[in-house]
Formats: sequence, C-alpha cells, structure tokens
Amino acid sequence: MNASGSIDEHTESEVLHTWTGKTRQWLVKRLPADKLLPEGQPSYVSSWIYVFGMGAIASLIYIIASGVVLSLNGPTWYHVSGLGHFVNSSHLWSVELFFIFMVVHLWGKYWMSAWRGGRVLTWITGVISFAVSIVAAFTGYLLQTNFDSQWIAFEAKDALNAVGIGAWFNVANLGQIFMWHIVLLPLAVGVIVALHVVLVRARGVVPPLEAASSDTQLTTPDEVSVGTLTEGSVR
Amino acid sequence: MVNTILSIPSDITGGTYFGWGSFQIQSGNLIVIIVMLVLFVLALVLPFPGNKRSK
Repeated sequence: MNASGSIDEHTESEVLHTWTGKTRQWLVKRLPADKLLPEGQPSYVSSWIYVFGMGAIASLIYIIASGVVLSLNGPTWYHVSGLGHFVNSSHLWSVELFFIFMVVHLWGKYWMSAWRGGRVLTWITGVISFAVSIVAAFTGYLLQTNFDSQWIAFEAKDALNAVGIGAWFNVANLGQIFMWHIVLLPLAVGVIVALHVVLVRARGVVPPLEAASSDTQLTTPDEVSVGTLTEGSVR
Repeated sequence: MVNTILSIPSDITGGTYFGWGSFQIQSGNLIVIIVMLVLFVLALVLPFPGNKRSK
C-alpha cells in the first residue's frame, strides 16, 4: 500500500524494473486478492448445475488422501487387511464419483458455452485434466495386483507397442506403472486442476446464456465508471 | 504372504451384460451412465436451497 492508501494506484502507476516486481504486477493485475478468494458469487451461481465442479474437486481430494495411505502400504496391502480393502474400495468409489461429477460438470458447461468471454483457456485446461485423469485411472486398474490387472496389462501392452510407446510406458512393469500412478499422473492432474480453478477465479464463473450483456454482475466497477454502460442499461 | 493371497477366493466375474442387436454394455457402465443423466436432469430442475439474491 502506498502513501495515498491505494494498492491499485500503486500497482498501476509504478514503473517496475525487476522480473519479480513485473511478475507481481502482472499477477495482481489479472488476479487481485478479492478475485482469488471472493466474499460472494453472482446470484446465477445459485444452481445445482454449478455444484459439480466443486464436487469433482472434493472427490479428487479424497482420491489423493486415500491414495497416499494405499501407496505408503504398498500394492499388496489391501489383499491381506480389512482396513486396506476398505481404503482400496473407497479409493475406487471416489474415482467413480470424480468421473461422474466431472462428466455432469462437462455437460453443464458445454450446454452453456462456457468458453465465452475469454474463457477458452479455462475450457482447454478442463479438457486436458479430463484426458489426463483417464490415463491416471487406467494405470490404477494395473495396480490391483490380481488376475484382472494382469489381464488388462497384457491386453494393453499390444496396443501400446503398436503405437510405439511400449518401451517407455511398459504396462507389464508394475514398478514403473506404480511410479506413473502415484507420482507423475497425480502431479499432472493436480497442477492442471489448480490452473483450471485459478482461471475460473481470474475470469469469473461463466454467466447463463440468457444473461444480458449489460447485467451489472457481468461488469467490473471500472467498466461502468469509464462509460461503457449507460445508467439505463444497468439493472 | 503369497499363500495368504492365493487362499483368498477371487470375486472377479465376467459381470452382467445387456445387449440390443450389435450394441452391448456391462451393467456397471450402464448404471454409471444412467446416474450421470439423472444427476444432470435433477441439477437443472431442482431448486437450489437458500436461494437468496446476492450482489
């Protein structure tokens, strides 16, 4: 905060010379604190169709927590422990919920053209997180350490060899798939989902198709003050 | 450990399949698809609790 008492004036007027200062200015301009952690949301968010994205994130948090417990105990624990079997089953069912919520979220966003208003990157990160999640789920099937996973691995290896990636992504190598499933793929899903949420915060939740472009909820105070809207058009 | 694992009876079965002509689907997959469709429709028609207008 500067002498005049305004953070906005400070960030907009000052000419910065260091990469750290310029990065901060760039970030604060696009994602100010009140957008990152808002006090309220527009009234149109009060609908069940806007709940499924957060449902998918809640499922993802449980998937990661139960996955940490499973990975610390190794891939055979759930065969010989009642608690292990329970954690393993809840890990599976939270993945089922994750995909169910994610697909309903996708349908809802598709039918309201959620890429409108400069939200293309939000849409694209959502698509990528869906695709990477599918790969993560498939590698989970390979870690069941039973005849089912053995069957899946030896069916899948032919397809992966046919496209030329079997040498690097060897589904018959339990240790390698364990590493993909508990390190690389969760890291990728976590980073992409975090970026997706930050983009939602930066651009705002997409309004319904029937919302008027002059709706005050779709404008910022700055836009109103510089005269892009007349008083009569603001509801 | 290995003997313990081998002594556990396997509950893996082929599952139940439904088919219409050349189309075939496993019961678990069908149930998940129906659940998603029902959730989508309910989300559109059910009123949201505590729906008070903000801002």
